Amino acid sequence: MTSIIQVTNLSKQYRIGRREAAYGTLRDSLVSALRAPFQKLGGSTARDEKIWALKDVSVNVGAGEVVGVIGRNGAGKSTFLKILSRITEPTSGRVELYGRVGSLLEVGTGFHPELTGRENIYLSGALLGMKRAEIQQKFDEIVQFAELEKFLDTPVKFYSSGMYMRLAFAVAAHLEPEILLVDEVLAVGDAAFQKKCLGKMRDVAQHGRTVLFVSHNMTAINQLCSRCLLIADGQLVLDGTTAGVVAAYLQAGSGGGAESVWEDIHRAPGNENVRLHAVRVKSDGRIKSEVDIDKEVEVEVEFWNRRPGARNLCVTIYLLDSNGTVVLSTGNTPAANALPEKWFDKPHPEGLFRAVCTLPPNFLNEGLYYVTVYVVTLGPLTIEVDAPHVLSFRVFDTGVLREAGGGGTWAGVVRVRLSWTTEFVAPQTIPNAPEQQIAVEMKD
Amino acid sequence: MPAGDTSFSTKPLITIQAGKPWQTLQWRELWAYRELLYFLTWRDVKVRYKQTLLGGAWAILQPLLTMVIFTLLFGRLAGFASRTGGVPYPVFAFAGLLPWTFFSNAITNSGNSLINSANLITKVYCPRMIIPGAAVAAGLVDFAIGFMLLIVLMFYYRLIPGWGLLLLPLLVLLTTLLAVAVGMWLSALNVKYRDVRFAIPFVVQIWMFLSPIIYPTSLIPQKLRFAFLLNPLTGIIDGYRAALFGQPMNWIELTSSTLITIFAFAYASFVFRRMEREFADII
Repeated sequence: MTSIIQVTNLSKQYRIGRREAAYGTLRDSLVSALRAPFQKLGGSTARDEKIWALKDVSVNVGAGEVVGVIGRNGAGKSTFLKILSRITEPTSGRVELYGRVGSLLEVGTGFHPELTGRENIYLSGALLGMKRAEIQQKFDEIVQFAELEKFLDTPVKFYSSGMYMRLAFAVAAHLEPEILLVDEVLAVGDAAFQKKCLGKMRDVAQHGRTVLFVSHNMTAINQLCSRCLLIADGQLVLDGTTAGVVAAYLQAGSGGGAESVWEDIHRAPGNENVRLHAVRVKSDGRIKSEVDIDKEVEVEVEFWNRRPGARNLCVTIYLLDSNGTVVLSTGNTPAANALPEKWFDKPHPEGLFRAVCTLPPNFLNEGLYYVTVYVVTLGPLTIEVDAPHVLSFRVFDTGVLREAGGGGTWAGVVRVRLSWTTEFVAPQTIPNAPEQQIAVEMKD
Repeated sequence: MPAGDTSFSTKPLITIQAGKPWQTLQWRELWAYRELLYFLTWRDVKVRYKQTLLGGAWAILQPLLTMVIFTLLFGRLAGFASRTGGVPYPVFAFAGLLPWTFFSNAITNSGNSLINSANLITKVYCPRMIIPGAAVAAGLVDFAIGFMLLIVLMFYYRLIPGWGLLLLPLLVLLTTLLAVAVGMWLSALNVKYRDVRFAIPFVVQIWMFLSPIIYPTSLIPQKLRFAFLLNPLTGIIDGYRAALFGQPMNWIELTSSTLITIFAFAYASFVFRRMEREFADII
């Protein structure tokens, strides 16, 4: 297969100091030049600490391949796409692209709120690299895909966020470069629209175009990509089939343990409002990475609230299976809580909180599960903590259910003991006959 | 037809690597993105007067009101009105204010254009020069509208332009080129040093008083004339007046303006090309 993307020893260095202070002021430069005129000669200072966002990445992608790029937040995935899309320059290394590149790093790039839907289609299309004739030719298709015929001449500032997203994705989806770079755009919109987007992406892939797809959504990665790259700390650690790479990523990310504790509050997942302290899986009151199927499992989330009086703090956990499919999501809002919720809408004092979710026994099937933790402030929604796959645990069964299953595993993600009633309906001797007649009758 | 099936040349379409210290203007790239320049210009024009009562009339009102104020304030001053070469002061002032309004709006808008488009710079690729360029180009529309009023004023005062009028397109080109140069340079600096944002209005104000907009060049003492030659707007503004009012063209001033503008453009594009590499990282 011919490679369409050739990446050789690609590296990108950032100065941390510069990243934090997003821009300098002239005064800063003058002051530092006056204070220490020779510092520049002496080498870098502590403030100029440098980090490699990407280090020696080499990879070839063949024409028509659909490649997933996964890794934790800050691993360098976005930097990788940004270099490939020529938004930022590498510090060293080389990329050769043998085709036209389109990149979708954000939905609604270049949309102007004052302009109408029609005008924004042209503007956004041009920004994404489409020619005017190309946009004209696809205009009707775009409008149809977005389902916004009636609002074409309304300024987009009057659109609902869903309408806005639909229009934005519709434009982007009709981009037809040989190489398409996509960053996490499917994380928006309602479920139905996400499904439509995934379908469109699959179309794109099937039409022989090369796609690089960055996402945290393992389900989407599994569905779309045959090959996957795992990036950690700026390095390409794994390159292989999607199933293998996703499994390795989830395994590595969770640290394989049933407990994750962040001793240094400033390095814990979160922001200035909330920081995570610890996440644990417990069974029988002890931390366990392997739990019996017929025991209750407690998922314990400890977090620091740093904003006195904060309200509507919702701790949410996602359970993912080994493919990365979300098995369930649950949170401690009063509506979702089976018990009376004590804290959710009360003003939270500054300090450590612990939220515990109890999973019933005989609920999850045998297998490996990953826990993703979010802490959000509801209405308007702000994500305070986003900690994907912080730990894992294995559910296993040595008991009667395994024997009943013939010693093997039962199929399915959940394995719930459900109520079955079986009864004898009527006595009947069934004669052996060439045509069998079976009467079925339902009774309460 | 799958796009990926197109036969591959052995030469890559795009090569990405760390920038060379010297980068020249990317003419081919700019040409390929000409439609984007058009769309961004069109966006700026469309958006500028959205949700205003008077809309495009602002393009006329801005220089017109300034002209009225200047006429009331300075028109009677002995030196000003009598040294305009026989041109009534209001038209004289307007002919200077029109290119000046274009120029000052252009450098203000384009100087702030990059930081106002931070979301574009971090999310899509395009030759970055297009962004300040479009901000200047959008000003040309207002310039053209203002010109209509100038024609009306000239009819009213019965002024007849001479052959110099043929130089007008060149003067417009020169003004645009200078505005792009200054705007591009300011916009690049603005990304790194936000001080620029506060400095722009100040620079614009000073520059106006240092250019022969409300006063005629003939008012400047001989000793200072040389210093005024260093201001490229001197030759440009005087050029507009000479072209419009059929007065003799000051070729020394015009040549000096042209050379300075070309130099400024070359310097600004060099600075811009060098700085644009880190735009996405620091904006």
